[in-house]
Amino acid sequence: MSANGPQPPPRRVRVTSPRRDATLRGPVRPLTAEIDERTGLGEVYMAALMRAQLRLGVSVLLATAVLLGGLPLLFLAVPGASEVRVGPAPLPWLALGVMVYPVVVVAARYYVRHSERIERDFTDLVARR
Amino acid sequence: MNATYGVIAITLVCLVTLGIGAFGLRLSRTTSDFYVASRTVSPRWNASAIGGEYLSAASFLGIAGLVYSLGADMLWFPVGYTVGYLVLLVLVAAPLRRSGAYTLPDFAEARLESGVVRRLCAVLVLGVGWLYLLPQFQGAGLALQTVTGAPPWVGGLVVAVVVLANVVAGGMRSITLVQAVQYWLKLTAISVPAFVLLWLWTRAGQPAPHVPGSISGHEWSHPLSGFGGREHPVYATYSTLLALCFGTMGLPHVVVRFYTNPDGRAARRTTLVVVGLLGSFYLFTPLYGVLGRIYLPQLPLGARADSVVLMLPAAMSPGLLGELLSALLAGGAFAAFLSTASGLTISVAGVIDQDLLRRRLGALTGGDAAGVQGFRLAAVVAVAVPYLLSLVSGGIGLADTVGLAFAVAASTFCPLLVLGVWWRGLSTVGATAGLMSGGVLAMTAVLLTVFGGVRSGWAGALLSQPAAWTVPIAFAVTVIVSLATPSRVPRGTARSMVRLHTPEDLALDRSALARDRSAHAAPPQGDASPR
Repeated sequence: MSANGPQPPPRRVRVTSPRRDATLRGPVRPLTAEIDERTGLGEVYMAALMRAQLRLGVSVLLATAVLLGGLPLLFLAVPGASEVRVGPAPLPWLALGVMVYPVVVVAARYYVRHSERIERDFTDLVARR
Repeated sequence: MNATYGVIAITLVCLVTLGIGAFGLRLSRTTSDFYVASRTVSPRWNASAIGGEYLSAASFLGIAGLVYSLGADMLWFPVGYTVGYLVLLVLVAAPLRRSGAYTLPDFAEARLESGVVRRLCAVLVLGVGWLYLLPQFQGAGLALQTVTGAPPWVGGLVVAVVVLANVVAGGMRSITLVQAVQYWLKLTAISVPAFVLLWLWTRAGQPAPHVPGSISGHEWSHPLSGFGGREHPVYATYSTLLALCFGTMGLPHVVVRFYTNPDGRAARRTTLVVVGLLGSFYLFTPLYGVLGRIYLPQLPLGARADSVVLMLPAAMSPGLLGELLSALLAGGAFAAFLSTASGLTISVAGVIDQDLLRRRLGALTGGDAAGVQGFRLAAVVAVAVPYLLSLVSGGIGLADTVGLAFAVAASTFCPLLVLGVWWRGLSTVGATAGLMSGGVLAMTAVLLTVFGGVRSGWAGALLSQPAAWTVPIAFAVTVIVSLATPSRVPRGTARSMVRLHTPEDLALDRSALARDRSAHAAPPQGDASPR
């Protein structure tokens, strides 16, 4: 902002707003205070956090429910599925006895990763101000 | 069967358990306090400890017995036991840790600011805990009978005495490390024989399962075939799955373990590891049921299917190898009874002491009753009741009884925890009504199943697998009554939500729940060091 050419710049002048307290109020109030005092803004942040976490949790649960809960229906609807053999083991035994467990671990891992990300974002957002 | 090795293995497990109990007080003052104070229990150790405590008689013997006698549908039991931790992880793990609650009644009181709800939860902890302890004693009786031929009440008594001695000494359970080692012990005891037996089976040319009375075991190996006289298998499958998935979070000995996690994030990571550890264990248990079908097509007279795990090695390889494997399995099974029963006894005794006994004792003695004495008395009650019940209730499989405990937990604590964590509209009256309706319905179904003997037709199916109707009813009652009584929503709800859901690294006011905890929810005396 100082494009004044070669001459020495004029003396600097302090410029202040007549409403000095207004400029101060923003940075001094952190979001944590909004949450602590349960202001409208704080409540909005809390609701957003809870909604994000709940949505993540419910989607992981629904996906698992469809995958696992669908198995009995599959065996009912397609009787042939129970006849399929993989090596010495029938498919239902392999599905329920072995394949289920990695699926559950993957679901759990997905949830942990994403829910930690939600919390990290929330911390960044709230602590930044 | 030569009993020597089996007796040696069981005695060894009991002595080691007692030994740890005897030195437990000193150890727990150093190790455990140190851990909790410096927050260095890693999720991996913590998860091993949860696994060590969770894998019970139902897991070690019951699943194989069910698979042996009822076939493919029973594979859902281990699946449910594992998925229960996924549900717990997704819905309540981190908030439960952040609540700072040490027991379920603590959580209820802190969240709902009501002593009534607290006492109701205490009674329910008793119900669920006793129902879960019952099969531990039955399993012990069965295991000892299979190994030595002793009458069934002896094994249960051994476990009851060892557990009581330990709990009264304030020992074993206080040490995360010991429970963690228990998990690896059980995994070894179930997996090593499984590998050996599988090798024997392969060497014998992989004979197929044989089911007497049916051609080539077709129905047995088919899901939803209703094999073994099970009626309405589709309903039973889904209802069982629901109970196991939503009941885990309400088991009294599980909640306590979340307290050891340093923060909510660690609680989640711990649960993730638990899911993996349980999955690895449950890969092996159904194998025993299947191999049992091949090598023990007909059980000896008077033997129960639950003992198939212990009889299998001798049937497949008579001689030293079979006996050693049997001994390893018997030792592992006793480790399972002891660790689960200790955890449950501590939780149940803590609740009896804090919520039911202390006030009465205080009134009788004018407040002079020493806390430790009260806790010891409570421990005796906590063990004696389910032990006596185990003598009179017969005929139901180990995993089935445990399934009923899950059903009660799912119909009561699950709505309380899930709605308590996620719904600001939960009112004290709503929670009370939900706990009452779910508890009364599920408990009635359980009592009719265990002692009444209604076991056929739709009535039998609905009563023996009650979760599919009791859980939705409990949720519905809680929500509807809460909506009707908005004035009874606890005043501190918003603050509770902040505490339950915000990451600990944010400097926020979390005082509401903390104050309740320190005021009312000090850990029981005999168990003074937080783990």
